[in-house]
Parts: sequence; C-alpha cells; structure tokens
Amino acid sequence: MGDIVLQILNGLDKGSAYALIALGLTLIFGTLGVVNFAHGALFMLGAFCTVTFNKLISFQRVTLSETETTAWGSPLEIREPVMEAWFGDFGLWLIDYSVLASIVVAIPVMFIIGVVMERGLIKHFYSRPHAEQILVTFGLAIVLQEVIRTFFGANPIPQPAPDALRGMMDFGTLLGFEPGRVPYPTWRFVYFFFAAAIIGGVFAFLQFTTFGMVVRAGMADRETVGLLGIDIDKRFTFMFGLAATVAGLAGVMYTPILSPDYHLGMDFLVLSFIVVVVGGMGSLPGAVAAGFLLGILQSFASMNEVKALLPGIDQIIIYLVAVIILLTRPRGLLGRAGVMED
Amino acid sequence: MFGSKISDSMLMILFVIVVALVPLLAAPFGAGYPALMQFFAIFGIFAIGFNILFGLTGYLSFGHAAFLGVGSYSAVWMFKLLSMNVLPALFLSVIIAGLFALVIGFVSLRRSGIYFSILTLAFAQMSYKLAYSVLTPITNGETGLQLALDDPRILDGERVAGQLPSPTFFGLDMNATTDVAVLGMDVQLNVGYFFSAAFLVLAFWIAMRIFRSPFGLMLKAVKTNQNRLNYTGVNTRPYTLAAFVISGMYAGLAGGLLACMDPLAGAERMVWTASGEVVLMTILGGAGTLLGPIIGASVIKFAEAKLSKFNENVVEAWFSFLPEGLGDSIAFVVAKFVGDGWHLTLGLVFMLVVTFLPGGLVEGARRIGGYLGRRGHKGDLDKLGSNVQGGKSTTAE
Amino acid sequence: MSKSNFSRRGVLKTGAAFGGALAAPTFFTSAANAFTNAPGASAVTLGFNVPQSGAYADEGADELRAYELAVKHLNGEGDGGMLNTFSSKVLDGTGILGRKVEYVTGDTQTKSDAARASARSMIEQDGAIMITGGSSSGVAVAVQGLCQEAGVIFMSGLTHSNDTTGKDKKANGFRHFFNAYMSAAALAPVLSANYGNDRNAYHLTADYTWGWTQEESIAAATESLGWNTVNKVRTPLGAGDFSQYITPILNSGADTLILNHYGRDMVNSLTQAVQFGLRDRQVNGKDFQIVVPLYSRLMAQGAGENVKGIFGSTNWHWSLQDEASQAFVRSFGQEYGFPPSQAAHTCYVQALLYADAVQRAGDFNPCAVVEALEGFEFDGMGNGPTLYRADDHQCFKDVLVVKGKDNPSNQFDLLEVVDVTPAEQVTYAPDHPMFAGGELGTCNPGA
Repeated sequence: MGDIVLQILNGLDKGSAYALIALGLTLIFGTLGVVNFAHGALFMLGAFCTVTFNKLISFQRVTLSETETTAWGSPLEIREPVMEAWFGDFGLWLIDYSVLASIVVAIPVMFIIGVVMERGLIKHFYSRPHAEQILVTFGLAIVLQEVIRTFFGANPIPQPAPDALRGMMDFGTLLGFEPGRVPYPTWRFVYFFFAAAIIGGVFAFLQFTTFGMVVRAGMADRETVGLLGIDIDKRFTFMFGLAATVAGLAGVMYTPILSPDYHLGMDFLVLSFIVVVVGGMGSLPGAVAAGFLLGILQSFASMNEVKALLPGIDQIIIYLVAVIILLTRPRGLLGRAGVMED
Repeated sequence: MFGSKISDSMLMILFVIVVALVPLLAAPFGAGYPALMQFFAIFGIFAIGFNILFGLTGYLSFGHAAFLGVGSYSAVWMFKLLSMNVLPALFLSVIIAGLFALVIGFVSLRRSGIYFSILTLAFAQMSYKLAYSVLTPITNGETGLQLALDDPRILDGERVAGQLPSPTFFGLDMNATTDVAVLGMDVQLNVGYFFSAAFLVLAFWIAMRIFRSPFGLMLKAVKTNQNRLNYTGVNTRPYTLAAFVISGMYAGLAGGLLACMDPLAGAERMVWTASGEVVLMTILGGAGTLLGPIIGASVIKFAEAKLSKFNENVVEAWFSFLPEGLGDSIAFVVAKFVGDGWHLTLGLVFMLVVTFLPGGLVEGARRIGGYLGRRGHKGDLDKLGSNVQGGKSTTAE
Repeated sequence: MSKSNFSRRGVLKTGAAFGGALAAPTFFTSAANAFTNAPGASAVTLGFNVPQSGAYADEGADELRAYELAVKHLNGEGDGGMLNTFSSKVLDGTGILGRKVEYVTGDTQTKSDAARASARSMIEQDGAIMITGGSSSGVAVAVQGLCQEAGVIFMSGLTHSNDTTGKDKKANGFRHFFNAYMSAAALAPVLSANYGNDRNAYHLTADYTWGWTQEESIAAATESLGWNTVNKVRTPLGAGDFSQYITPILNSGADTLILNHYGRDMVNSLTQAVQFGLRDRQVNGKDFQIVVPLYSRLMAQGAGENVKGIFGSTNWHWSLQDEASQAFVRSFGQEYGFPPSQAAHTCYVQALLYADAVQRAGDFNPCAVVEALEGFEFDGMGNGPTLYRADDHQCFKDVLVVKGKDNPSNQFDLLEVVDVTPAEQVTYAPDHPMFAGGELGTCNPGA
C-alpha cells in the first residue's frame, strides 16, 4: 500500500513537470496555431537561467598562490567566494536559495526571450504549413542548445535545492502509515505546489481578466476578434512570452531534480508533444489532465510487480497510452474537432 | 540546364548520368569515398519514399525510421542465417518493412493531421525502445546486430577461417573499390555505390510513374481536400494506405541497403531524431518535388560527414595565410560552427532555408534558374520538380 | 593501378578493365599493396573517433585533447609526457618509423551507426591506418567490428563492458581500459572491509548491454562475499527522473543500493537517490549505503555534493603519485590548464602503445602490430606493470578503488584513491563464463 502511495506521489510529481511544459505548448498552439518544436529548448533555457544566476552569485575572486603549485606545476589558484565577503550572511543565504531566487531573474529573461522569438521569427510563420513551422523551430532548438553547450559544456551541472528544503517529509504519517514508511523529498512537494500555483494562475488569468477573455476569443475565432478592431497580435505576442515564461519556470524549479545539461530540451520535446496531443490539441485542461495521467501511469508501469508481468512496459508506456487514447478518442482527451486534422 | 523544357525521359536520362558521375563529381569536395556516396544513394531512396507519402498526400509521418530499422534487421538476419548474397536480404527487408508498414499504417491512418504524426511517432519510439532493451536477443540492443564467426549461413560454402565474410552480389563484393586517377584526383569506383545507385534510379523511376499516374493524382487530391473526396463518395483510406506501405517499403529497401554496405543494424536507426532527419531532408530539398528529397538527403549527409571532421587544427590551417591575430580570431569564430559545433550550422541552415526558401533548395534552384532565364521559362521547373503545390497548402483551421 | 581497400577477396583488384587506361599511381599504392592504407614515406594518419555531440561530448573533448598531446609527443614536440617514463624506449620523438604523425577527427555521436560511418570516412577518405577513441561500449564494439573488416587496428577508448574483449572481441581490436568484471573484483574486498559481509543489495541497472554486464559482474562479486541480492531492476536509458525506481527501494529491506549507471543516468540516479534520503536511512540496524561501480571525474562533477563518501572504481586518476602519472598530468595540465580525466589517460596511452608496437615491429602492417601488442608487458604508463593479454587483447593492470572526497580542495579534486587492487586480484581466465561466446578470429590486414 505504501508503495502505491509513493508511486502516486511520483506520478503527480512527474505529471506536474509534464503538465507545465504541455501547458505552455498548448498556449502557443491554441493562440497562435504554431507547432513550436523549440518549446523544449525554452524549458532548458529556464534551467540555465538558474545555472547562470548561480554562477554569477557564487563568483569567486581568484588569486595565484605564490608558494603552492598544482600537480602540473602552475601556481595554485586560490578562490574566495565574493558574495560571502561582501554581503555576509545574506550572501550565504542567497547562494543557498539560488534556485528559488533565480525565479526573479528567470521571469523577465524568459518573457523577453519569448517576445523576441515571436517577433523575430515565429510571426513570419503564422500562415505557413505546420511542417515548415516544425522545421524552423526545430532548427532554432538546435541552435539554442548548441549555444548553451558552447558556454556551459555538455556535462550536467548540479543545482542543489536550498538546505532547508533538501530533506524528506514523512508524508505517510498524515495518512496513518507508520513513520518512515512513506517519506517523500520536500523539494518534490514544493515542485508540485509550485506547478499547481502556476497552472491555477494561468487558468485564472485567462478566465477572469478581460485580456484573457479576448485571448480566449481569439483562440476560438481569430478573424472575428480581429474584425472587432482588437489588436489581437499584440496580445498573442504577450501570450508567447507567457508560454515561454511558464516553460522556463518549469525548468528553473526542475534543476534540483534533474541536473541541467544542454540536451535537456530535446529529452522533453517528444514527451511534451505526446502530452499535448493526448490531452487534445488546443485544450488547456486537456494538456494538464494528460500530463498528470501520463505521469502517474508511467510511475505505475515502472513498479517491479508490473514489469515482472510485462517486461519492458516502463520503456513504452507513454507511447502505448498515446496510441490507445488516440484510437479510442479521435481528438485526444478534450480536443476540439477540426484542429490540426488537415 | 534548368532553362529548357525537360520531358520525363530527358529528366530520367539526365538523372542517370549525374548518378553515374557522382564518384567524379564528389571527389573534389572530399565526398568521393564509398561510405558517403552510398549514403547519398541510400538516403536518397529513403527520402524519395517518404516524399511519396508526405509530398503527395500531406500525411506527415514521424516514425519512418522504424521501417528503415526493420529493413536493416531483416537484412542482417538474412546474412546471418541464409547467405551473404544481398538479394535475399533486400527481398526480406522490403517485404518485412512493407508488412510492418501495413500494420502501423492501418492503425495510424484512422487519424489525420498531427494525431497521425503522433501515432506514427509513438509506434516508432516503441520499436526503438524495445529494440534497445527487451528485444536484445533479436536486435543485440545497444551494440547493434552484427555478423559473427559462428553464424550458420546455410547457403554459403567454405569461408576464410577466422574472418567475417562481407555481403556480395553473386560474387561481386560490395566493399570492392577501384581507384582511378582523373585530373590528379583519386576517384573511387565502389561496387556498393553503383549497386545502391541502380536502386536509386529504379526508385526514382517508380516515384516518377507514381507522381504521373491516376493513383498519384488521387493522392494529391487527398492532400488538397480529403473531406470533399469523402463527400463525393470516394473512400480515400485504401489510397493513403497504399502510399504509406509503398513509402514503408522504400524505407525498408534503404535499411536493407544500409546493411548490405555495412552489415550492422543499430537500434538508433529507429529513434525519433532519425525519423525527423528524413522529414528535414525532404523539406530542405523541397517536399512534393521529385528531385528535392534526393538533394536534401545528400546535403544533410554531406554536412554531417564533412563538417564534423573540421577540427580546430584544420580550421587554423585554412586561415594561416592571414596575419596572426586576424587569422586566429577568424579561425576561433569559424571553429564554433564546424567540428564539434557542426550541429549549430545544421540548425542555422534549417532556419535560413525554411525562412527564405519555403519550397526548399529546389525552389532556390528555380529562382536562380528563373533569374538567369529572364522569366519566360518560369513554368519549366515546375515540370522538373513536379507540382510544388506540395509545400504550400495552408492550414484550414 | 588500383587498390581494393575494405575487401579481402578484391574482386575488382589490379587491372580492372576500365581502370587501366586512365589510372596513374595514387599515394595509396606507392607502398606495397600488402595492407589497407599503407602510409607513405613521410607521414602516417591516425583516426581519432570521439563523441563530439550527445551526452559524452565533454568526455570526447577530453579524449581529443589527450590524442593531440600524444601526437605532439610522438612528433617530438612538448615535454614528451609519458614517453619519458614508458618502459619501452623505442619511440624517439621522430614520429612512427620516421613518419610524422598526422591525424583526422570525427564525431561518433555515441551511436553505433554514426561511429561506423565516421570511422569509414577516416579509412576510405583520409587513409587512416588506425582508429581509436569512443566513450561507450556499444560504439566500441561496433567500430571494432568495422576495423576488423576493413583491416585496420582499433585501439578502443573508454569502454567498460565485458563484451568488448569478451564475446565481441576481435583480433584487430585492443582495450587498455578496465572492464566490469575488474571493477567488481576490485570493489568487493573494499566493500567487505567497509560495509561487512552481511548486506542486502538492490541493483538499479541501465537497460542495455553495458549495464547488464556490470550488474552481472558486481552481483556475482558481492554474492561471493555473502551479500544477498534483493532485486535487480532495469531502468530505461536516459530516464531522467528515476523516482519511480527509487521509491520501491525504501521498503524493500535492502540496505545497499548499487547503481549500474554511467554518464547522465548515473548523475541523475545518484542525485535523486540522495534526494530521497537513502543515505540517511537506517535499515536492518545498518546505515544505508550507495555504491557506484564505475566512476569518472566528469560524472562526479555532475553529481556535485552527492558523491561524497561513495565507493566506486576507476581506471586511473590524476592524483596518483607515481612518476608516470605525474609526468602525464604535468604535460596535460600545462597544455590545457586542468588535469586529464581517466578517458583522456586511456586514450593517450592507447595512442602511445600503438606507436610503440609499430616501432617495435618495424612495420605498419596490422598483423605485425597485433603480434607486437599480444603478450606485451610494459610499465611507466600510470597503472603499474601491465600486460596486454594475447588471448583476448585486454590489458591487465592494477585497478583503483576510489571514494568521493569529503573536502575537495578544488573543482577537480573530487575523488580520493582508497585502494589500489593488484592486477592478480582482477585477473580472470580467458574462458571465464562472463567473457565466453566469441572468437578472436585472425588478424586482418585488409587489402
């Protein structure tokens, strides 16, 4: 029983990441009608906002030792962290909380990246076939990841969670399990609630603001909204920035779980498309539901009991579920008719 | 050459001549070695086949690499069990890939648009993941299926002790190469290349027949407006399924040929990026055109093979004639785009071509041709490239 | 005048009808046609086939640095590095057999297909007479097979699977790096001394051939100590988030986790195992422990704090104090400003060993090189006295057992050597069941 609860938690945690990425992808697709293969790269860029921020604040003053040498005979570098020397305890605190603190940096950076991407490249592709949108954004994704590799190398770069959130929470005791049976890392709870907050925020924004209402109207019928004299383009640019920010934040918060490397975006790309399609193209609730569904199913498929019955099922479960859902529900869980079927 | 009116038979003859001259034409670019020329021909076949599905019907399959992989596995198994002769291997590759395509196509074609793409992607990824892990007894997993000294090979007789045999076409060794010096260049005439090239010509000819046939017309109609066809009482499924299976068999042939040239079948052949690669080849060259996919395949394979080999030393040598500081800084910048940075160049090329040449490289050739020919002949390349309405359907949302 | 590389039977060999009239001698054919890519009188070309993209790109970059250094030393530039400490003294800094060493590079992409394509281009286009490098066993086995067919020598880079010199061994292929069996044999006594003989081990294994041989080897070694194997769980390569495989460990009764992962998988699974508090747990009255059989410094960098105190094994480490290792670290460090990785070390050594074998044989013919390397005993390469065994072309030498350092003094100083397991303890019979099933075959000179 405890194991099943743990797998549900794993599934919810995975699902939060899937849902967050798929949410941004659906926003872009639903509003702009663009299939964005660079969305995984935005997730990766978010993660590297944290890496960059961390590198900046743990900046070290390097002096060359006069007496000691390295194993290869050059003077030993003595590194002193600057933040601690300049800001004392606050510096230490900032380094400890660098993942959370980098959110402040990531939001504007990712928003600007999104806007620049939309204005500079994507807007030229609104009326082009999906295949060309895929090709150009895929090219962009490759360029972005190679640029990151030039600066950060190919090796993963560890980003520890803040000390206070690094431990375990004994979740099981809340459900009446004996202590120590169902512990779960605190950071993963943080991630789950963070994702829930972002998803809730995006939905509320679209549901309860005039801006959101116009965007939703635009998603349903772009032409009519344009005829009403509303500058829908500007709003769509904003939505692209928002989607980039959501993807970026998903990446920022994921860094303590998965040490980021330049290839992170490609790893999530296929998966995020499957989530979006299973949820139904253009449906925000569908994307979120599919994210959590696939996360939980993936966790269950990886249980030893299941694997003993169906060897290799954990390797293919995501794809298998996608096939089954698409064959039983032609437009995914909550998709609308006529979208992306041409 | 693009200026005059070209009939299909003229195009065919030109095509054969160019294909036959590839060893000579590629040599000055350092591309005239067997492995790369074979890739030109084989991935050309793969892309032509993909184009029959995507270029004509508009169905974007994201899992075509699975058929290539299945073809390779079939061929290597044939080499292991039956004989090193390439004919039975290729035969089985095409048949098995065709059957595989029939099953996957039958299921996937129940959906259209991106739902179809994701279904094919899912099937291909499942094949890849299983081939890499659980199916290792059949696929030899990560390492890839290889020949072994103790394989049965029941039809083959004596062999050299302690040495692996190589694939042959009735005694003609696929690896055999004759060097000929032409104008001081080392031109390598390789049996495997000409063997693959013969299949490329055949594949091209069949594709041309399909493009020009009523069947091809029906496929184009599917692309233009499938709903209207359905309303008029035409059941399009058999047509699209036929296109899917033909295209899968092309991929199987390509996979089989890959194994004939180099008897190893790796699971990575089926991974989604490999499927994506053929999409890129087709669009880069020009989807829906006859020649485009072959050009796209050659360009991508050429870039992959050559760009990655320019390490820093090579680049520095290029600019060594410049003054020290200048040469070094240019070399430093250029080195970022070649060698281990070759992916960056590839990504940039995709972006530039799609942005500025929506019809692919064939479109670029047409523009240059149109510019040189001072209009007038504008329609000619449409003939050569066949109906390019291909890349240009708009989305009906 | 023609040649037929890449073929033994050479159907279109000399005197092909249409070749005769046009042909003039090419640089290939100036030497006797006895073997593939016989070098000319002034230079010889080696092929460095390393991962330049994908997960092992950094490791590949380090391999390439080592090769460039080796080429310098062979051509008599720089301080000579391990040439000064190498027990064989035939290399004198004038290249190989008086020919200047040149090289070409290629990208394996850590894919068997791409690696073979890249190696073929080096052999067919650039006239490389030896291929070396690589950072995964799948690639090593695939390229080794190709080199056997093409008739060139393959000096593998980082490859740790038993299969490379086990069931997939080839006469033209040689491995200096250690293997999964050796890791297990070296680790077992250390694990026994530190964690006792009464442990319950849970394996997480990357679901591909290297992972399986690693799992088989370490499970056999720990079981012979008296450890009980609770479960062996296979994880998909590149799973990213391993949480669904880690939580079942919590209540499995296991008190030791063995991670048969490498590269990114290892970085992620170890980071997450620590995140799930495994190392703070008490099971069966013992502290829970994690073991990583194959370590590398680059991985340790990726896993950061989490490697502290965790045991593993490695082929070589730059902190070794012997004369040879120090000479290598000195020349590598002065050239690039940081110490070499174990991948760099094995590649550097392989390049030197090949050059030395050619020099001793007095011939570039692969069969002469094979003969010179088989049964070759040497020292002064950083691993103590070493034997290239003739039966399977595997090097036998001391294996290092290392531990993540508690107080690293800099970003490279992450591992400390806790034990040097002597070569005898990690030596096995050539027909050991874990290595059985393949044949070496005979050397193939090509042409």
